[in-house]
Amino acid sequence: MSDFQPHPDLAPPASTVGVIGWLRVNLFSSPMNTLLTLVGLFIIYSLIVPALDWAIFSASWVGTDKNACSHDGACWVFVGQRLDFFIYGFYPKAEYWRINVVFVLLALLIIPQMIENAPYKGYLGWFFLIGFPIIAGILLLGGIFGLEPVPTDKWGGLALTLVISFVGIVAALPIGILLALGRRSEMPVIRTMCVVFIELWRGVPLISVLFMASVMLPLFLPEGTNFNKLLRALIGITMFQSAYMAEVIRGGLQAIPKGQYEAAAALGLGYWKSMGLIILPQALKLVIPGIVNTFIALFKDTTLVLIIGLFDVLQTVASAIVDPAWPEVSTEGFIFAAFVFWVFCFTMSRYSIALERKLHTGHQR
Amino acid sequence: MQNTAPQETTETQKAGIIQMIGVHKWYGEFHVLKDINLLVDQGERIVICGPSGSGKSTLIRCINRLEEHQQGQIIVDSVELTSDLKHIEQIRREVGMCFQHFNLFPHLTVLENLTLAPIWVRKVPKAEAEEIGMKYLERVKIPDQAQKFPGQLSGGQQQRVAIARSLCMNPNIMLFDEPTSALDPEMIKEVLDTMIELAETGMTMICVTHEMGFAKTVANRVIFMDEGQIVEENEPNEFFDNPQHERTKLFLSQILAH
Amino acid sequence: MSDQADKAGTTVAKPPPWNDPFVRSIFFQVVAIGLLGYFFYSIFDNTLSNMAKSGVSTGFAFLTREAGFGILMSLIEYDETHTYGRTFFVGLLNTAIVAFCGIILATILGFVIGIARLSNNWLVSKLATVYIEIIRNIPLLLQIIFWSVAVLQALPDPQNSIKYGESFFLNNRGLFLPKPIFEDGFGLVTIAFLVAIAAIVYIKRWARQRQEQSGDQFPVFLTSVALITGLPLLVFLAMGMPISWEYSALERFSFVGGSNIIPEFMALLWALTMYTAAFIAEIVRSGIQAVSHGQTEAARALGLRNGPTLRLVIIPQAMRVIIPPLTSQYLNLTKNSSLATAIGYPDLVSVFMGTTLNQTGQAVEIVAMTMAVYLTFSLGISAIMNWYNKRVALVER
Repeated sequence: MSDFQPHPDLAPPASTVGVIGWLRVNLFSSPMNTLLTLVGLFIIYSLIVPALDWAIFSASWVGTDKNACSHDGACWVFVGQRLDFFIYGFYPKAEYWRINVVFVLLALLIIPQMIENAPYKGYLGWFFLIGFPIIAGILLLGGIFGLEPVPTDKWGGLALTLVISFVGIVAALPIGILLALGRRSEMPVIRTMCVVFIELWRGVPLISVLFMASVMLPLFLPEGTNFNKLLRALIGITMFQSAYMAEVIRGGLQAIPKGQYEAAAALGLGYWKSMGLIILPQALKLVIPGIVNTFIALFKDTTLVLIIGLFDVLQTVASAIVDPAWPEVSTEGFIFAAFVFWVFCFTMSRYSIALERKLHTGHQR
Repeated sequence: MQNTAPQETTETQKAGIIQMIGVHKWYGEFHVLKDINLLVDQGERIVICGPSGSGKSTLIRCINRLEEHQQGQIIVDSVELTSDLKHIEQIRREVGMCFQHFNLFPHLTVLENLTLAPIWVRKVPKAEAEEIGMKYLERVKIPDQAQKFPGQLSGGQQQRVAIARSLCMNPNIMLFDEPTSALDPEMIKEVLDTMIELAETGMTMICVTHEMGFAKTVANRVIFMDEGQIVEENEPNEFFDNPQHERTKLFLSQILAH
Repeated sequence: MSDQADKAGTTVAKPPPWNDPFVRSIFFQVVAIGLLGYFFYSIFDNTLSNMAKSGVSTGFAFLTREAGFGILMSLIEYDETHTYGRTFFVGLLNTAIVAFCGIILATILGFVIGIARLSNNWLVSKLATVYIEIIRNIPLLLQIIFWSVAVLQALPDPQNSIKYGESFFLNNRGLFLPKPIFEDGFGLVTIAFLVAIAAIVYIKRWARQRQEQSGDQFPVFLTSVALITGLPLLVFLAMGMPISWEYSALERFSFVGGSNIIPEFMALLWALTMYTAAFIAEIVRSGIQAVSHGQTEAARALGLRNGPTLRLVIIPQAMRVIIPPLTSQYLNLTKNSSLATAIGYPDLVSVFMGTTLNQTGQAVEIVAMTMAVYLTFSLGISAIMNWYNKRVALVER
């Protein structure tokens, strides 16, 4: 009996591997492809190269006033000088530490959520949703524990952007859960009410919601009740956001197999218990990527509050660039603001994608 | 090998309808096909088996150039496969293929699946194409499903539609890439029966499968592949009863163990 | 439970009402209606008394009053003497035109970028990815303000306009184009255009019938392109080019004559297009990727060429996946056009919810009318979408 002699592995033809093979396959596989590559190179040459040159290589980085800036490149000195304003708004300088503490706390609470198998992740998560907003509120508002009160019209910059988006998402979560459950309810009245609420908010632009919150809300309330501008915006944003949140959560509820509902009922659990103990824990876990995505959308949408006169990051930048002490820095200002938003949104979207992948592999049979 | 040509094809017999000469293929650095030499005569029925990752599928996918080979020659029906689009089109018209996962077009009805290629490739009038389609649907015994969508059929029925779809192009050669691997056991038989009937018409068939019963009854030749090369080829009785290589023996013992 | 038992006529004991799911359900719903009713009643009551106190009138009578403010851009005739009702329509049309142009441009750009993202060409696909990842992670409002402030306001003043020939002028007042003036005989060109469209429809039908009968294919696409450009052009030339242009000309400090696209419109349209295109590109990419590779292989194995494979197999399947999210992007674009307020483009929100509301103070009516416009649009589109989804859903076992 002859034995099988494996043919030795040969190296592939040189033209298909290595740098040349890669170039051939990916850039020059056909005349059309070569043309596309050349177009691509042209775009890089004519757009990206000058942009990088302006933003980095020819830019002015150090200095204290406009004289430090050459006119060949970007004037990042401006951003450096006004950075405090962009981050803290009109918050009193002596009290910056309070915002800093909130930032650090926020970071400390977020990091374990990003790490797999971090200890006490669950408890920290609950603290993040309930305890942290209270602590942050006390720190930022002041007025008790000997903290000097800081009225909300002094809030601004990145701090305000984070406050609005965080409150928007945290407050919208429970309302969204209730709406999603209501929309799947068997009681027609409840279901109709939830559907109308959800579709109403989803059908109109956020800007009209903000107008409504700032103009109409005072009319709706009994005389003498007076909300400040920030709170009105927050109420509008929360209502708006909860409708979107409800749809995301509904998606999760629909993804839970019917067997889970039946199993919960078979164990003798009532509606709220089976929802709270069996269905929602699974559904919410499934929709975390979706929640992160709505958060990204909300985070970008917070810029709209400038229309009702709040000073978010974008508005601090927009008001700083008209300062006569710094002529012609509008591009730098906007690019800085864009960069801030981009870093936040891009990081979150990557996180959401990674999470989605993890969930998907976990759920495959 | 040539003397194992089938008996029923007499006058149209054509030697070497598929010729593979010294074919090599790489996926990046990975050498998938190593020096493949294979001659298939008109009317021959060949079963290719071997462990997964041995290059069986890649080999038959090279025949209609769903995969490109990088060295050697493949000549199908006296047309050499190069990157010449005309040749590729010509060969694909002559070579039918059935896939493991059927790959029926879910947005078209069964009949539309069947008539798509005749209408758009062979330029057959619609009514005629539908007639041909119904003929082949009857041949695979599901004419009543013509107006349904693929998603409404069972796996076995879907694979039979896929076979009929290829036959509508009136091919000289049929390639089967593990046609029964994605099916439930009770459906395998109906697909194999269809394939056996097809074999009886004298169609040239190359079939990647692990259905050894099918190989014994239908094939003229069984080819065993491992690590990207043909280890052994023989007519079925000899192949199963008296394998020449230790590697083949091991494979057969694993596959026939239950 | 209980009603079923009754119907069956069995002697199952009726549970006490507080444990009867049917009674409970009724009770909860009645409570819900009651609470909602009270909520609306109190809002209504408060609003009325608040408005009475501040002396604001109610009702829609204001719509017939003279507006007394000018609007930067209007597609219909409008000046200060027109009514508030008219301002509503001016705003509505301005929203519609920017949304319409935006949808068309964003669709084109989005499809190009989405397909580029899937290109075999590494460089092209990476450039598309970079575009998508940058644009969609930056707030739209920021982009709108950026284009409006940093780019368009940085344009030269009218005296130093950027010129393209002697007919196109770009400056900080906008883009000035020659205005076409149609002379006698241009009507025939329009007719030729319509005839071309009719001919294309006819040829398409004829080609399909011929193919069904004889199997012969006809190059419908090329013929259509030739017809739709050739026929009107031929008539145009034959009539002796019955069109003349009114050119913009610099008079002292500004341009007169010609047509003018205001910079606010350009900035808004540009930003909306860029932003929405990034999302559309992702939708297109995932739609095409959702069609499994096996489908392409099967079509190839049957001998179909690339063109028919795309047209008959890939696109019909991809479009089912693409169209629903695509329409929701169209809706988003329309809603996002309301950000025009921030740069002073006179859209519905800016003109009506902004200026008109400030002047009349009739917040409830105005906010309700504005929201109703967007809402009607959204609900209309989603109704169409539901219908579409039902129609194209793949039939499965």
